[in-house]
Amino acid sequence: MVLEMIGINKGFFNVKALNNVSLNLQKGEVHALVGENGAGKSTLMKILAGIYQPDEGEIRLNGKQVILSSPNVSQNYGISIIHQELNLIPNMTVAENIFLGREPKKLGLFSNIHHMNRETKKLLERFDLNLDPNAIVSSLSIGEQQIVEIAKAMSRNAEILIMDEPTAVLEEREVQKLFDLIYQFKNQGVSIIYISHRLNELKRFCDRLTVLRDGQFVKTLPMEGLTEKEIANLMVGRELNELYPAIRNTIGEEILRVESLTRKPNFEDVSFSVKRGEIIGFAGLIGAGRTELVRTIFGDWRPDGGAIFWKGKKTDFRSPEDAVKAGIGFATEDRKHTGLFLDMSVSQNISVTCTRKVSKWHFIRKQVEGKLVQRNIEQLNVKVNKITNPVKNLSGGNQQKVVLAKWMAAESELFILDEPTRGIDVGAKGEIYELISQLAAEGKAVIIISSDLPELLGICNRILVMYRGQIKGELDHSIANEQNVMVLAAGV
Amino acid sequence: MSNAVTELNKTQTKERNWLKYLWEQYSVLFALIVLIIFASILSEHFLSITNITNVLRQVSIVGILSLGMTFVIILGGIDLSVGSVLAMSGTVVMASQVTYSTSIPVSIVLGLMCGLIIGLINGLMVTYGKITAFIATLAMMTIARSIALFYADAGAISGLNSTYAKIGNAYVFGIPIPVIIFVIMVFLSYIVLEKTVYGRHVYAVGGNAQAARLSAISVFRVTIISYMICGFTAAVGSIIETSRLNSISTSTSGNMYELDAIAAVIIGGASLSGGRGRILGTLFGVLILGVLSNTMNLLNISPYLQGVVKGLIIVAAVLLQKRD
Repeated sequence: MVLEMIGINKGFFNVKALNNVSLNLQKGEVHALVGENGAGKSTLMKILAGIYQPDEGEIRLNGKQVILSSPNVSQNYGISIIHQELNLIPNMTVAENIFLGREPKKLGLFSNIHHMNRETKKLLERFDLNLDPNAIVSSLSIGEQQIVEIAKAMSRNAEILIMDEPTAVLEEREVQKLFDLIYQFKNQGVSIIYISHRLNELKRFCDRLTVLRDGQFVKTLPMEGLTEKEIANLMVGRELNELYPAIRNTIGEEILRVESLTRKPNFEDVSFSVKRGEIIGFAGLIGAGRTELVRTIFGDWRPDGGAIFWKGKKTDFRSPEDAVKAGIGFATEDRKHTGLFLDMSVSQNISVTCTRKVSKWHFIRKQVEGKLVQRNIEQLNVKVNKITNPVKNLSGGNQQKVVLAKWMAAESELFILDEPTRGIDVGAKGEIYELISQLAAEGKAVIIISSDLPELLGICNRILVMYRGQIKGELDHSIANEQNVMVLAAGV
Repeated sequence: MSNAVTELNKTQTKERNWLKYLWEQYSVLFALIVLIIFASILSEHFLSITNITNVLRQVSIVGILSLGMTFVIILGGIDLSVGSVLAMSGTVVMASQVTYSTSIPVSIVLGLMCGLIIGLINGLMVTYGKITAFIATLAMMTIARSIALFYADAGAISGLNSTYAKIGNAYVFGIPIPVIIFVIMVFLSYIVLEKTVYGRHVYAVGGNAQAARLSAISVFRVTIISYMICGFTAAVGSIIETSRLNSISTSTSGNMYELDAIAAVIIGGASLSGGRGRILGTLFGVLILGVLSNTMNLLNISPYLQGVVKGLIIVAAVLLQKRD
């Protein structure tokens, strides 16, 4: 046993992120760690990487108990983590990045570039990688950058390699390369913890699988003989279908039409329409241009060409202000940085889009505001003690509901929801799906961008798949499945 | 949550927590009270009517500047130009009276316009010019001061009309007019910042400009208005400053006022990163600085040492407010 994590507990404020979770890892094993967003995977891995300290529990490496008090300590024990967001310094070379913080020195003072480049070359050759040690990192593709990150981990003689969604940003060709690399590591005796939402990937090379759900350990079992559906059911903890409300087919007139919309280099020649009562989903890999597309529709960015028709009339939203006035609401993918005013109260966060409705002569009428907010949070079942409490004290799920409440209060007619369930627990997810379905039933239109494919398949009338800035195809919910969406999303 | 529970919560909170609310929102008030208690123990003169009136009159100019500064700081910006704007507006007021023989009200209006226009330019530099507030207003600080110096050859302009001096020196019901103006300005600022949609938007833009933009708030308009308010308060300050002596000294008037104003706002609980701050907090911050220097004067502490105490108070205030 290379690694044993036993009875790990970890809480943040009052929320228990991990509750008595255990994980063990054998030498040369590829171990999949799966669970929904917010299941505790990242927290567990951050504990292993020395970023968080567990409240309770024990970690053993090769049978010996250790305390991973900092990322440095963890690295010295041979544990390396490759984060979803790469941590490279873009304007330094490959070699400089790999040796960052421990550059070989001449006379103890000057960095020895030749030695560094030589070592890097050796390292890259060991894994049959064709990269120039002198190349500037920002000139490499995302896939190559990730390989640099992996090489950096391996140069520290990692025995345990943690990979957090490594394929999320990769193209198919690069994915294959990554898998080859993982095989090599495995043969050299490196143990790998592999986190991914793409269940079909796991089947290709993982030996065992551990499932987490809501911060609890569910099961560790061998990969052999498991179907994707079985894994998914273990993750969700019930039959998948129950999570999603029934898809309605009562569709009204068109509310938004986009024709040949272009904004280079983000997206090009995009055309689609959405009708009242309809929920459409945008699938695609990260960087496919989905977020950029909706931001342009929302007036945040200017298009290079093409046209937007709102309720049949050609429009030109010069700013989000125009779009909101027309009746569009946009819940961004990052509620903390672009969605909420964390220091401000729940009430102020909700009424911000409809200050006109709660004010007279520019003066805010607290009672009118309070009533409107109260009505909305009751409808959404937001759990909050007082509406004057700061929104930063709420859980992720409740914060997301506040974002939705804000657009409901604005009486939006089209809801654009970018990753509406990212990082929130299963219970709240179900409520949000229910709410989205309810909006559609009331004749609102909904556009959802999500990297959670089952979610799109579960709630959308239609799924549009984007690849490198273009719509590659459109699938009705009656025919869409993970396979055909992924095929389009990967551009093959 | 059921309605009944919410109602119960509401009444409970109202009765039990108003002290806690004061402590959370205006902890600086308690610091002020402690300071006043100490001052009245240390010096028997402190609590005399004359002395208190004195303190209030002394703080009124920087106090008014601090009010405008509060808007800009909550917005996440800063305005280093207010001291120089005070000198320039003062020059406009005095020059129009002396050189162009305008009536007093007209000269005052011109002075206020000057403040508003400079605020507008500051706002335009920050929004359309995308210049950092620190740099933009630093530039304006040297420009405005330089224009005033050039006009008067670095000298003073003295007024001829003694009626004008009444603004800075007369009393109404025993209260100095500058104090009355200060109180009115506090009241107006409070209303605008805490009760209006615009005020709400100031907090929103300062708290998260991206989210504000995506929530249909016109970030540019809110920003420009805030800098104009700040310029306006500097001009109001200049009216009091010039009428006190019926004169403006282009080289010394308003020097370092911007730093005192920023200090008062910070002591009052605002955060330089934006999104946080209250008008009443700023008022208490102004009073703390005023009471402090007054007490030290009464106790005959060297004025050269007062900066040390002031600096320590600023640091202490910020450390105390780091609780969350």
